[in-house]
Amino acid sequence: MSEPWSEEAEEDASSLAGTTDVELIKRAWRNEKAAPEILQFEGALVLRVREQIQLLEETVEESTENGSNDLVVSLYQMDLDRTLYLLRSYLRIRLQKIEKYMIHISKTNLWNRLSEQEKKFTKRCTAILEKLLEQSVLARLPYGYESFLKQSISSEEDDMVPEPQLDTFVFCKAKDAVGAFQLDDSGDEIVDLVADDLYVIRYKSIKGLVEAGQIDLV
Amino acid sequence: MAGQSDPHPSVFSPPEVEFLAEDETVEIIPKFSLGSLHMICGDFGPFRPNIASEVPLWLAVALKERGKCDIRAPDWMSVDKLMQILEAERESPREFQPLPFHYIEISKLLFKHAHDNIQDIYMVRSLIEDIRDVRFHKVETGLQTISGRTHAVKLKNLSAMEVNIVRPFMIRTLQAFYKHDSPHIIQQPEKSGSRRPQAPDRGPRRDLRPR
Repeated sequence: MSEPWSEEAEEDASSLAGTTDVELIKRAWRNEKAAPEILQFEGALVLRVREQIQLLEETVEESTENGSNDLVVSLYQMDLDRTLYLLRSYLRIRLQKIEKYMIHISKTNLWNRLSEQEKKFTKRCTAILEKLLEQSVLARLPYGYESFLKQSISSEEDDMVPEPQLDTFVFCKAKDAVGAFQLDDSGDEIVDLVADDLYVIRYKSIKGLVEAGQIDLV
Repeated sequence: MAGQSDPHPSVFSPPEVEFLAEDETVEIIPKFSLGSLHMICGDFGPFRPNIASEVPLWLAVALKERGKCDIRAPDWMSVDKLMQILEAERESPREFQPLPFHYIEISKLLFKHAHDNIQDIYMVRSLIEDIRDVRFHKVETGLQTISGRTHAVKLKNLSAMEVNIVRPFMIRTLQAFYKHDSPHIIQQPEKSGSRRPQAPDRGPRRDLRPR
């Protein structure tokens, strides 16, 4: 089966790193699933994967019409389905997190981790939620308690806003050895992170390593 | 809104873990001829009868189901090798033997779809079950040693499915201890002298020493 798509774009991005885009989106999905807060949106990766999916969809459609080898078409269809599933799962887990923490995301620099479409979604979702709560509950509460964000007028902070629990423990593996790594502020907790070994650590301590791509969540 | 419970306390559902495992490669002996396959997930083939080829497990199973190939059981799935591993697991109560990360999912898929390609399948199956039991027992024992001073746990060589099963327990246990046993408040006499980061060759320990 001939491949009409240009492999240059893929090669640039992925074969330089030695990993396929499927591996990359799989990693992004795993990290996103295991991390308590929303991570940086992998815009370029998602775009590439969508292009590859689209291309393969067209090729499969052509081949089905030409009546070429059934086996080959069904194998490509499987590859397509698997990739679609990964992409959708990635986008869906992010949406789940947004739905859970939309106000918190809107008010912090987590906002910058969203894609344009996610930002639109968050805004609309927040507006709808606010309206619902106001109309069904808040408008009927006594004066001083009708805020969407604060428990009462006397609250100093927005204490009605759910936040992701960064203290939660996560399972992780270091890609390359990180060496002695300090887990807390006081320097009492030091861990030697060896490549490929599995650790269970507080997310907050390794947040930076996850963002830098040195550690993968499992 | 607030207080929503996590839909998957294990993070991944078992089918999702299996999905991840299906990308592991395995050797097939094709019974057909075909040119190269250029898939999104990689390039495979060309396929020629009786010439071994490496493909992802999902592809191998698909071809096997259609009678297009035989699957060569991986080296570690032999009675001899598994017996060695089982013995080693029994003899070392604080470490896990190295096994493929997805050994449980891989063996399960092969038992299901390629049982005629596995030698001594009943023995192999029973050995893997024993290995799973011994390993899981070690995890349970390890869970009991978690205390307020455990700030991290090392689980070298634990496999994907085992991680997924133990995840909710381990996280809740660590979380509970972390919240209730704050080391900043409690005095810890053992802290002295053991600030050195753990050396990697000091015999793999499953739990980090409490500091």
